[in-house]
Amino acid sequence: MSETLHTVAIEVNGKPRIGAVPARLSLVDWLREELLLTGTHIGCEHGICGACSVLLDGEPVRSCLMYAVQAHGHRVTTVEGLARPDGSLSVLQDSFCETHGLQCGYCTSGMLIAAQALLDANPDPTVEQIRGAIGGNLCRCTGYQQIIQAVQLAAQRTREAAAS
Amino acid sequence: MKAAPFEYISAGSIDEACALLARHGESAKLIAGGQSLVPMMAMRLVRPAWLVDINEIAALKFIRVERDAARVGACTRQCVVERDDALAAQVPLLRQALAWVGHVQTRNRGTIGGSLAHADPAAELPLAAQVLGARFVLRSAKGARTVEAIRFFAGPMSTAAQPDECLEEIHWPIWSEQRTGSAFTEIAVRHGDFAIVAAAAQVALDVDGRCTRVAFGLGGAGGTPLVFPGIAARLVGAGLDDRAAQEAANAAAAECEPGGDLHATAEYRRHLARVLVARVLRAAGEKAKRQ
Repeated sequence: MSETLHTVAIEVNGKPRIGAVPARLSLVDWLREELLLTGTHIGCEHGICGACSVLLDGEPVRSCLMYAVQAHGHRVTTVEGLARPDGSLSVLQDSFCETHGLQCGYCTSGMLIAAQALLDANPDPTVEQIRGAIGGNLCRCTGYQQIIQAVQLAAQRTREAAAS
Repeated sequence: MKAAPFEYISAGSIDEACALLARHGESAKLIAGGQSLVPMMAMRLVRPAWLVDINEIAALKFIRVERDAARVGACTRQCVVERDDALAAQVPLLRQALAWVGHVQTRNRGTIGGSLAHADPAAELPLAAQVLGARFVLRSAKGARTVEAIRFFAGPMSTAAQPDECLEEIHWPIWSEQRTGSAFTEIAVRHGDFAIVAAAAQVALDVDGRCTRVAFGLGGAGGTPLVFPGIAARLVGAGLDDRAAQEAANAAAAECEPGGDLHATAEYRRHLARVLVARVLRAAGEKAKRQ
């Protein structure tokens, strides 16, 4: 059957993108399959695992729990948008490498999005606040401790860079 | 793509949303934050022919703290409600309940009205609404009506809202007593999951520490969030010591009829009801004393 296509204009990682989407296409499917931004991962597809987290107008949301058509007129940041303009790793991404905050990498893009949103709002989070921020993201490799250390390290590095 | 095909319309106004519901009736479904509806559509438990999106309706997003009640627009995001200090000062139970709701990512998208209209009997916001006796403004093309919480929650995932009605706003009563305290707690498999059993209470005390008003309730212990006005009334006029709190909890646990499932037996839920009601009554009483 032919489905109605909706025209969407969405700012993705700072660039205006236009699409024609069936209403039932999830935002994450549009990002991965149409824009080929495959850094955002699909885990459970029903809002449990957090792997598909993206920033919507600066706030972390699950991109499997909204339709691409609903992002029309909004701003989306994926993990690809976290790196520096020259493509090198952000402070947070580098901190994940430094502390072994990832193993298989499946949860990492969602973790980075959740942690970056926290650090943008709170440059000096407590362990409790870090746990709260990543509480909706499942990781089956690390046991979470190194991820928490990565966020602490990124916060510390960012504060030190700002002070110097 | 996981959901069955549907036609999508983003409503520009409440009137437009109501007109669409009037036209399409039961074949249409409203979507707000979608944090419950989208998974249900992905699993094809729900297959609306028309999906009417109310996310872009600015008139459904507001918080107005008035004298007797705080009015919250149905499409106000849970994270916005959580952060509102003026609201938390007047309706503290709402922020206490939200601390148990989902995760940052779901609260950023999920709405107050969406959770209430979804009416999961183990969800936190319906319990808070039931305990406080919130009032629900339902609008249709024919006009608006207000429904009390006790009538709004009709059964598991079922409310008094008709297929042509849109939940417009929720009125959260403000207790004017100076010495008022409230508390919310729950046991869940993981933090952020729906509760196995949740309990909430709000207590007002006079200068001598005697209860002047008490409300408490249970989630996950029946088909709707439960309140116990008769048992609560018996606490009025006396101090809320451990024994009084435990007796009220025992009475409530005896009155409720929880079901058993994969996660917990009925017996275990009844045990949790006894423990958690006593806990929230004591905590609410302690907070009231400190006011």
